[in-house]
Amino acid sequence: MNQIVIETTDLSFRIADKKILDKVSFSATAGKRLFIVGPNGAGKTTLLRCLCRIADDFRGTIKIKSRDLKEYSQKKLASALTYVPQALPADIQFTVHEFILMARYPHLSPFSVVSPDDEKFVKDAMEMTQITAFADRVMATLSGGERQQVSIAAALAQQAEIFLLDEPATYLDYKHQRDIHSLLMKINKTFGTTIICVTHDLNSAVLCADAIIALRDGKIVFEGNPSEIMSEKILEEIYSKKFSFASHPATGQKLIVPDSVV
Amino acid sequence: MNRKTIFIFICIFALAVLAISPFVGSVRIPLSALFDFDRVSVESQVFYSLRLPRVLTAFLAGAALACCGVALQAMFRNPLATPFTLGISSGAAFGAAIFVLFASALKIPYGVILFSFLGSLSAVFLVYGFTKVRKGFSAGTMLLAGVAVNFFFSSLILFLQYMSDFTQSFRVVRWLMGSIDVSGFQTPLIFAIFTFAGIVLIAGQNLNLNLMSISDEIAIARGVNVQKSRKLIFFATSIMVAVVVAYCGPIGFVGLMAPHICRLLIGYDHKYLIASSVIFGGAFLTLCDTFARTLIIPAEIPVGVLTSLLGGPFFVWLLLKSSASRGL
Repeated sequence: MNQIVIETTDLSFRIADKKILDKVSFSATAGKRLFIVGPNGAGKTTLLRCLCRIADDFRGTIKIKSRDLKEYSQKKLASALTYVPQALPADIQFTVHEFILMARYPHLSPFSVVSPDDEKFVKDAMEMTQITAFADRVMATLSGGERQQVSIAAALAQQAEIFLLDEPATYLDYKHQRDIHSLLMKINKTFGTTIICVTHDLNSAVLCADAIIALRDGKIVFEGNPSEIMSEKILEEIYSKKFSFASHPATGQKLIVPDSVV
Repeated sequence: MNRKTIFIFICIFALAVLAISPFVGSVRIPLSALFDFDRVSVESQVFYSLRLPRVLTAFLAGAALACCGVALQAMFRNPLATPFTLGISSGAAFGAAIFVLFASALKIPYGVILFSFLGSLSAVFLVYGFTKVRKGFSAGTMLLAGVAVNFFFSSLILFLQYMSDFTQSFRVVRWLMGSIDVSGFQTPLIFAIFTFAGIVLIAGQNLNLNLMSISDEIAIARGVNVQKSRKLIFFATSIMVAVVVAYCGPIGFVGLMAPHICRLLIGYDHKYLIASSVIFGGAFLTLCDTFARTLIIPAEIPVGVLTSLLGGPFFVWLLLKSSASRGL
């Protein structure tokens, strides 16, 4: 069960003369939840974009399920992993149902008809994410929270074994943040989906993750268990600032509290 | 009304236009002329040698332009993307103008199409080249590059006109206005081959176009090879535009209007949108051409002038409509 599904070796990426990623080597284990944290501009999003080949002129190697990323066709890759962006465009004119049905693309050929199987995957994904009620609404009319649920439902219908998520809860209120996080936990537990999630929210990362990686200036500066990262020294190294902590009243987990603003 | 009913209505509209148009014109065609297969009567000659080929050519040209418009608008996520705004038409026009002015003496078979295709292809390479040099481009940058290429080729055409003598210049001007002036079935046959090939290529992209119309990121996440898809769409549009421009001149607005009207009627799913735009675009240009050759009998209005006259106000309406800001 401890199979490595993603492995990067010396992954580097530059835009013009700026190094965005600098020899990043890490691996992700099947069925685990790996969270990636770090300050703005550390290269977190770029790392995800390299993994799903949105950014494809990287150096170094990426192996997905022990095969070099370059050997995959885009379609094959999409049945292994999927990418959930920070937010979907706000003006999508398709209905929720149509949008999720499009996630069946890796399993379809251009002129094939949608099969009852495809419809079933779509229906199951909508039920699990609790969006069946607005299946026929046009995407553009949804709220940010609803759109993010749909985005994850689509990733589910795509049946990829690995989910790459880029700050999936950033623009959401407390309730929707919690909903998205518990949805990810549920998907991970039900299907054994590997979750790789970029976030700025250290508390959620610590509460949800099996493992955490921290990036700074394109380099990995921390790799370890969620409990280990909650140390003054490590966090100051990552973010160049001091943090205050408190314990979770129910679990005792050490968490960050917001700074008082003067 | 559901999608199916509307689609059937569009088909009926197209069939009606196709059935009626060949009978409209300065010479009245009695039904009996249709069965005069030996073409003894003048009417049957007009019908079979002039009207029918012209109607078919207009339909195929309109279909091709509409098909290009649908694909480009989805790919660029921009309602203003057309073969025209991207410079593909003017590239083709420049190629064809070079042939007409300088190379027609060479007697290359299908030279006009060849030169026109070289022109449209070089326009596409220029637009695409910009994006290769500058990494991390957006669809918006690419569209701007297209606008620049359009101006570039338009200026080259003006330069050619300026340098050529009066009669040649007049020929180029008339041709640039766009007109469907054909006789015999050779032209419609060539149109049919290229248009059919192009439409099949683009129809095969229908799922990709749906996804690319959302965002490139989503398309890639769902397994679309966006680079490959783009190249294929550019290639297909270059061929189709080249043939239309070579024979009819750069006819504008069909590629812009037909997809927008069909999107309003049929929705955004390219599985239905491509088919309905092709049929509607064909019918629309046929209708415009019928007006073009009958409004001021015995003279003709260049069909390009008519489509633009109708298209202009539509364009403004589109800009005023709030949803038109999509992708801009």
